[in-house]
Amino acid sequence: MEVFLKAFITALELILNFDISLYEIVGLSLQISITSLLIASIIGFPIGVFLAITQFSGRSFIISIFNSLMGMPPVVVGLIVYLLVSRSGPLGWLEILYTPYAMIFAQLLLILPIIISLSTQIFEELHKEYKDFFIIFSVPPKKSIIIYISDSKDSLITIFLAGFGRAVSEVGAVIIVGGNIDHVTRVMTTTIALETSKGDLPLALALGIILIFISLIINIIANKLKIKINKESSL
Amino acid sequence: MIKTNSEIFIFIIILSLPFKIWGGDILLQSTTSTKNSGFYNYILPIFKKKTGINVKVVAVGTGQAIKNAENCDADLLIVHAKSDEEAFVTNGHGIKRHNLMYNDFVIIGPSNDPANISESKSTEEALNSIFEFGHNFISRGDNSGTHKKEKKLWDTAKLDISDYSGKWYKETGSGMGTTLNIASELNAYTLSDRATWITFKNKQKLEILFDNDKNLLNQYGAILVNPKKCPYTNIEDSKVFLNWLLSDEGQNMIKKYKVNGMQLFYPNAD
Repeated sequence: MEVFLKAFITALELILNFDISLYEIVGLSLQISITSLLIASIIGFPIGVFLAITQFSGRSFIISIFNSLMGMPPVVVGLIVYLLVSRSGPLGWLEILYTPYAMIFAQLLLILPIIISLSTQIFEELHKEYKDFFIIFSVPPKKSIIIYISDSKDSLITIFLAGFGRAVSEVGAVIIVGGNIDHVTRVMTTTIALETSKGDLPLALALGIILIFISLIINIIANKLKIKINKESSL
Repeated sequence: MIKTNSEIFIFIIILSLPFKIWGGDILLQSTTSTKNSGFYNYILPIFKKKTGINVKVVAVGTGQAIKNAENCDADLLIVHAKSDEEAFVTNGHGIKRHNLMYNDFVIIGPSNDPANISESKSTEEALNSIFEFGHNFISRGDNSGTHKKEKKLWDTAKLDISDYSGKWYKETGSGMGTTLNIASELNAYTLSDRATWITFKNKQKLEILFDNDKNLLNQYGAILVNPKKCPYTNIEDSKVFLNWLLSDEGQNMIKKYKVNGMQLFYPNAD
């Protein structure tokens, strides 16, 4: 139990002392995860709408694939991205291995299936309600995509949070493609792994506490946003 | 609030702008033992101050470091498994192998020493005692330099541990730190390099039980990645860095690095 107490004190000390390296690490974590989340959303939501409103053979098979990809081990994603962006790989000319860009790439692959699968489900429900309406007023498909996305904002926030949680908390992929290089690709989770391996368990746990704390703040903000959206739509 | 797609794109670009892009840096593949001991945090700023050249360190096990370098994901390699390093050079991946520095391996174990190895006269004798007693021994099991050394030591002692894997002989497949954490929990024996051991913070009831044997030498070698195999490699800067490490000045800096008053690495460039 002593470790927990020590970890808690260390966490408070790190936050209150404005430890620069801590802020650098936290900043990089957020920057990478939010960027990959936004890119995944831009790609994922339209695919989700498409899968929800169109009927074609093989559709349910594609949905099953995305569903199962949600459980893809991060280490495997890391390995795939590593082989792609390695200097000897097909995307080696990009020279992004051991940079934040490779980490964004890996996280994008990790959270894209989450965004697609969950949003497909939500849009499917919405589609059942709106389908007839759209046919009667002959709303063009492009317009309907926008309506679907804007009318399910509050559910999409939940998807955002699920995607963000997966991105910010995983370590297996980013440690392979980022290399955990000091001041370049060191994020919260890789630091925790590093400190654990150095045997500095209180410091590792303290960083874990800070990570949870940040997630909590983000969730509170998201919930506030959700309440606001619900109020607006009920007016 | 962000409303249009173009605004989102601008937002993403702004978000990803501040990433430092490190063109022209040296990419060094090295071992966790050198990195975790703080050696690079000490030596790299000295080198940067002198030359302005930045070095990025990726710390993995020796086996993986060599694999990564074979994939050209390195400009310079500093590892500790001599025969593998020589094979790397023979296969044309590296230019030449240089001795850089050394320290030694130590056998760690529970302070009450149930297998009574602290009185052993040789490494073979110590391993024999652990083997006979069948006390928990934690192996890296990850093809790292330390793991290779350990397997070699069992071979030299003519002991076949393969039958005991999963029983008292436990292979973690992890780095030195993780392996030491497990050894701490299980109060077990393990082989570690001295630098990692000195800087390791979760020692609990473990201590060094056997050391100072000529068979426990831990030699680090440095190899430049061959630009003929890897055209993208930053050979110019890497040469400057390697030559500096091997120079009197670099070697002297290695000698001066101490943790808790103890010297961690002994320079021995030829």
